[in-house]
Amino acid sequence: MSRSDTPAVTVRNLSRSFGDAQILTDLNLDIAPGEFIALLGRSGSGKTTLLRALGDLDNCYTGTIAAPAGRAIAFQEARLLPWKTVRQNVGIGLTNVQRATRVDIALGEVGLAHRADAWPATLSGGEGQRAALARALVREPALLLLDEPFASLDALTRIKMHRLVESLWQAHKPAVLLVTHDVDEAVLLADRVLVLEAGRIAIDERVEIARPRDTADPAFQRLRAKLLRGLGVEIPEPRTEDRTPPQLRVVERREAVA
Amino acid sequence: MTTAAAIPNAPSRFRLPRRAVSPLILIALWEIGSRIGLIPARILAAPSQVVATLFDMIASGELQSNLVVSLGRALTGLALGGFIGGGLAIIAGLSKRGELAVDPPVQMLRTLPVLALVQLFIVWFGIGETPKILLIALGVSFPIYLNLYNGIRGVDPKLIEAARTFGLSGPALIRHVILPGAMPSLLLGLRMALTVSWLLLVIAEQINASAGLGYLINNARDFLQTDVIVVCLLVYAAIGLTADAGVRALESRALAWRPSLIKG
Ligand SMILES: Nc1ncnc2c1ncn2[C@@H]1O[C@H](COP(=O)(O)OP(=O)(O)OP(=O)(O)O)[C@@H](O)[C@H]1O
Ligand SMILES: [Mg+2]
Repeated sequence: MSRSDTPAVTVRNLSRSFGDAQILTDLNLDIAPGEFIALLGRSGSGKTTLLRALGDLDNCYTGTIAAPAGRAIAFQEARLLPWKTVRQNVGIGLTNVQRATRVDIALGEVGLAHRADAWPATLSGGEGQRAALARALVREPALLLLDEPFASLDALTRIKMHRLVESLWQAHKPAVLLVTHDVDEAVLLADRVLVLEAGRIAIDERVEIARPRDTADPAFQRLRAKLLRGLGVEIPEPRTEDRTPPQLRVVERREAVA
Repeated sequence: MTTAAAIPNAPSRFRLPRRAVSPLILIALWEIGSRIGLIPARILAAPSQVVATLFDMIASGELQSNLVVSLGRALTGLALGGFIGGGLAIIAGLSKRGELAVDPPVQMLRTLPVLALVQLFIVWFGIGETPKILLIALGVSFPIYLNLYNGIRGVDPKLIEAARTFGLSGPALIRHVILPGAMPSLLLGLRMALTVSWLLLVIAEQINASAGLGYLINNARDFLQTDVIVVCLLVYAAIGLTADAGVRALESRALAWRPSLIKG
């Protein structure tokens, strides 16, 4: 992955509290252009709070945030306007020229061309999420913020959406911040996995597993276990005793980087 | 207007004749009662007489010309009241300051029975067209205000936030998000406003009118022409039904996106 020296996102000493509750405390974070970040953390740890600050939906924080102007958000609930068709929803806020040239392409990319004239109320959950994704991507953002976009999808649709997001990311290369509860999803998609805890980034793991990734890959399993432990979930150690050469190779590679 | 409630889920055409049986029997009894002198014409004209008078009044153009006058009053009052009520609702709905300025006085005025203002309006505006139209406008502005205001406040803030992140703000936000979101409530308010405007029209036209359906009724009363009165009542009812059907049609067009209205 090529990374330029100027980060897409720079967060310094970000603090945010609601009343007495201090949610984010002197949080620091850099995201490189085109980097895919997954953000994990317990429920209520402040992931959405961080995402909203990055997305300029909240400005009641202290500290500094430098983020590109071209930002787009896909929310956990698709948040499509029910009185506009899918095509109109995707084209919201665009210029006429952009609307004419980009909207149908974006809908094609997420596989929704055939539903372009449908009302949102008639979409399935996954279709709604894809429409929301198209609406974010059509803006060609430099920073794409995704707040648990797959949380309400069934396992199969979720796998499809993972592939879709990965391929769209590879095609357009925005920096991505994906908030998720799913450790597998994080390891599968991200260049870096962050864990938010006690108001700070407590874990910052680079994922060096080659894409496309496979959840059955032992390296995948080990990173997953490590992250789960970081999240306070004790799971049995992956069989470290009977290490086979391929596993060893991956471990060495990972340690060489770390 | 209460009959309107029976119309909406208009059952299939096969059931209409069955439902028409009892009204037809009543009309037949009424006709017989009139013929044998049980119901004197100065109390209530016979149905056949009413129909004959209806055709006479249409043939002479008397009905149409007075109907146009009444419709003009109702529509002018409706437009004025809709404009005022809608405008105030937008002001109150879109900002806290607007709410503080507009909502308390409107809620206070709302408790006044509009009908009790008739005499005051005559004192203020005389007995011409002005008090008639203003009375209708005043009565109409409340249901429009209350429903649109509630509708605006009820728009999902998450949708507004999302639309903002995609670059909508100011008038575009109002046009694409807030007003469409409030549309179901606004249409409900419009239906209530139509009922009110029609009711107030009947009352307002009792104020010394020289044309209009109310004038016809007043005149007929002086000459004990119950047939003319019944014709005018039928016209009032027919127009109330038509207006309601009109809003319903508007609703199914403007709210085509609603899950309940989306067709297979
Ligand atoms: N507007 C608000 N007012 C008061 N408290 C808030 C507000 N928004 C969030 N909080 C609190 O801040 C904490 C962090 O919320 P946040 O939504 O960021 O959590 P999260 O990590 O996204 O959780 P989840 O995984 O459940 O979505 C929670 O305890 C929440 O109750
Ligand atoms: Mg959250």
